[in-house]
Amino acid sequence: MELLIASGVGALTAVGVYLCLRGRTFPVVLGLSFLSYAVNLFLFATGRLVVGRPPIIDPAAAGYTDPLPQALVLTAIVISFGMTALVVVLALRGFLEAGSDQVDGREPGAEGRR
Amino acid sequence: MSHWIIAPVVVPALVAAFLVLAARFDLLLQRTFSIAATVALLAIAAGLFVLASDGVPRAYPLGAWPAPFGIVLVLDRLSALMLLLTQILALAVVLHAAAGWDRQGRHFHALFQFQLMGLNGAFLTGDVFNLFVFFEVLLIASYGLFLHGAGAARLVTGFKYVTVNLLASTLFLFAVGTIYAVTGTLNMADLAVKAGQVGPEQLGLLRTGVALLFVVFAVKAALVPLHLWLPGTYGVAAAPVAALFAIMTKVGAYAILRVHVMVFGGEGSATGGLAEPWVVPAAVVTLILGTLGLLAARSVQRLAAFAVIASMGTLLLALAMPGADATAATLFYLLHGTLAAGALFLLADLLAERRGAVRDELVPAPAFPQLDLLAGGFFLAAIATTGLPPLSGFLAKVWILDVLRAHPAWPWLWAVILGTSLLAVLAFARAGSLVFWKSTATALPTAADPPPRTRPVLPVVATLALVALPALLAAFAGPIARDLEATAAQLHERTAYVEAVLGPRPVARAAED
Repeated sequence: MELLIASGVGALTAVGVYLCLRGRTFPVVLGLSFLSYAVNLFLFATGRLVVGRPPIIDPAAAGYTDPLPQALVLTAIVISFGMTALVVVLALRGFLEAGSDQVDGREPGAEGRR
Repeated sequence: MSHWIIAPVVVPALVAAFLVLAARFDLLLQRTFSIAATVALLAIAAGLFVLASDGVPRAYPLGAWPAPFGIVLVLDRLSALMLLLTQILALAVVLHAAAGWDRQGRHFHALFQFQLMGLNGAFLTGDVFNLFVFFEVLLIASYGLFLHGAGAARLVTGFKYVTVNLLASTLFLFAVGTIYAVTGTLNMADLAVKAGQVGPEQLGLLRTGVALLFVVFAVKAALVPLHLWLPGTYGVAAAPVAALFAIMTKVGAYAILRVHVMVFGGEGSATGGLAEPWVVPAAVVTLILGTLGLLAARSVQRLAAFAVIASMGTLLLALAMPGADATAATLFYLLHGTLAAGALFLLADLLAERRGAVRDELVPAPAFPQLDLLAGGFFLAAIATTGLPPLSGFLAKVWILDVLRAHPAWPWLWAVILGTSLLAVLAFARAGSLVFWKSTATALPTAADPPPRTRPVLPVVATLALVALPALLAAFAGPIARDLEATAAQLHERTAYVEAVLGPRPVARAAED
């Protein structure tokens, strides 16, 4: 399971970094989403990987999984969800106003500054 | 236990919510409440500053959950100082913006209060994950403020600004996760204790987390090569917003002080001094690039943006030096740099408003009203920014030069700081003479021109008050420096902080376990 989780985090991060380096805004937004998935998975694993254990006090439980990373992940999900919405709107408005969905606001090869 | 410690977070949060819900269509009501809240915050921050000046850190456990299980806010000298500085800058900015600038878009004052909430929370919190949350609060508000009034240039730059900060936030989470995985805690005081007890097999992981965290704060502090977001953002943002953003780079410097100097620093600590070999060269490059940017700037606001980068270079040079004296010098330069940068941005806005179509660009233009007043203000702000006597920039730079003598390559560092100061003087002299002296022949107002409308006095007063603050800082340099030395000593002597949060003798207890 360790190998699965680790390679999952690694693959998501690699995809996210690659997409963030693209020139158009939509791949960058997707890249940011992938990076936030990667970090959520990573945070989940920081409390060590435990299978089938409850996070809250239970007299019948043989052991517990660390509940704190779950709270951290929830916070991170909420923030990254809101941020993704903002950045999508921002990219759309930028495209409508600047007439290009390039990250720097002008098509490659276009002469001069805006 | 004083409940006033939470007031700098709660007051702006409530006021902002009230402004959005109840006063969204009434600009006068918004201004009244926003200014009143900022004045109240200034009073609270001043009270907390006096409270903290007895040298005892005070912990405020939220929900009365004992640390390290609950989140704590901690008021010590450093957080009180940063709170006071933020509130002073915020008052000048809100007075400046209330003269008409806030009409360009909706919800300026609500976003402004949320920004203050994030800043104050980041300075007060004693928990690393909570620091992340307050960073997000202040960033989300800053996105809104940055886009205030919109426009294509601002939208395109805004996308880059948001993307860079989202990447930094992702990195922040990775760093926090790594640190939590090793130590099992996120409370700063608890981390300070546990970081010293990490076994050698886990140390590499902890050091990775701490170094990642440094990268995050370096993005905020605009350290080369992570500075690229700053000139565009600060040059395009509306001037009052840019003036408030002058404190944002300092949040990065504060976080480095709090986390890397206090929590993970300390004598012989395995996690201390990780970034030091890298910070000095990077800070030198930051300083040089910022100064070259000053020479190349084509508008006063761009000039101010590059002045922020150059001042962060100087500040991080001092920050990289070990010892409490270096920290005190850093703090003095931080106070001075924030006020001077804020004043420059507000001046740029006053100029842009008066010079018509050429805005604040560095080109000759017809003479404009209140030229002498603004020229005087610009002169003082330029003296303060470039570090000429008699204002506080000079004292701050001398102190930093003195601190740098402990560095093996100090002659080179001195040469860089003094050389860039000379270039900065040249850049500001060029800008000032272009804007104020080379006025083209004035086309006298004819009857066809609209009558000169009365100009609001408030922004001029707010700006000039901010310009005058470096002079005050210089006049009272003695007492202020002594206070900052006590602040730095408290930061380096972290036992008091740890005991305020965790109760007496946590270090000894942890060692017995």
